[in-house]
Amino acid sequence: MTSDPRPLSPHLQIYRWQLTSVLSILHRVAGLALAVGAILLVWWLGAAADGPEAYAGMQAFLGSWVGRILLFGWSLALFYHLCNGLRHLWWDSGRGLELKSVYGGGWAVVAGTIVLTLVAWIAATLGSQ
Amino acid sequence: MMATPPLRSPLGRAIGLGSAKEGLGHWWAQRITALALVPLALWFVVAVVELAGADRAMVVAWVRQPLPAVLLVSLLIATFYHGALGLQVVIEDYIKNDALRFGLVIIMRLLAIVFVLRGIFAVIKLSLGA
Repeated sequence: MTSDPRPLSPHLQIYRWQLTSVLSILHRVAGLALAVGAILLVWWLGAAADGPEAYAGMQAFLGSWVGRILLFGWSLALFYHLCNGLRHLWWDSGRGLELKSVYGGGWAVVAGTIVLTLVAWIAATLGSQ
Repeated sequence: MMATPPLRSPLGRAIGLGSAKEGLGHWWAQRITALALVPLALWFVVAVVELAGADRAMVVAWVRQPLPAVLLVSLLIATFYHGALGLQVVIEDYIKNDALRFGLVIIMRLLAIVFVLRGIFAVIKLSLGA
């Protein structure tokens, strides 16, 4: 097979990891995780509507280690996708597209995600005691 | 009046591929649902944090209030609409086979409709006193 002489983009693994590309990939990963979280939300509402037995089963699952990790991942994905989504909406308005703002916003999203996730879990833990 | 010159290249016209004229609607719907989800998601997180450790009776009592019920249905619709738009882009990005891609988008949309209806009916059932 003759190869096309046009220049090709290097393979993905050639590139050095950068904040911008990592956050972009994570936005999609978080979005996929939130699709799973949306099913969890429907399951929760459905179990509450179905009755005490169904709800107890769901509560047992969410209280288990797997359930806890799932809930934590859901909250992390939600806060990340929310913060980075706001960054995307800001870009859509044609603003913040200079390299400096892109990096500044990126680090702000990382900080915001960590702080919001921690605050939510501390508040939930204190509230449930 | 001069006719507008075609922006499409002769090759593009011959192949027949190009804009399906649906991209703008998808783009807008994704952003509108995103904007709606900002307050809805924040409200939901605060509500769930307040409900931490609650038993079923407390959750049911919460859903039965008019405002949480309406906001929950809004959250469900915005979430599954936004999610279906996003998943469609992911499927279109990675699935090269035309038939498989088309089929997966249809199946994904149908599943989104089934899940959102299940959620809405649960809220309605609770609101009417389950």
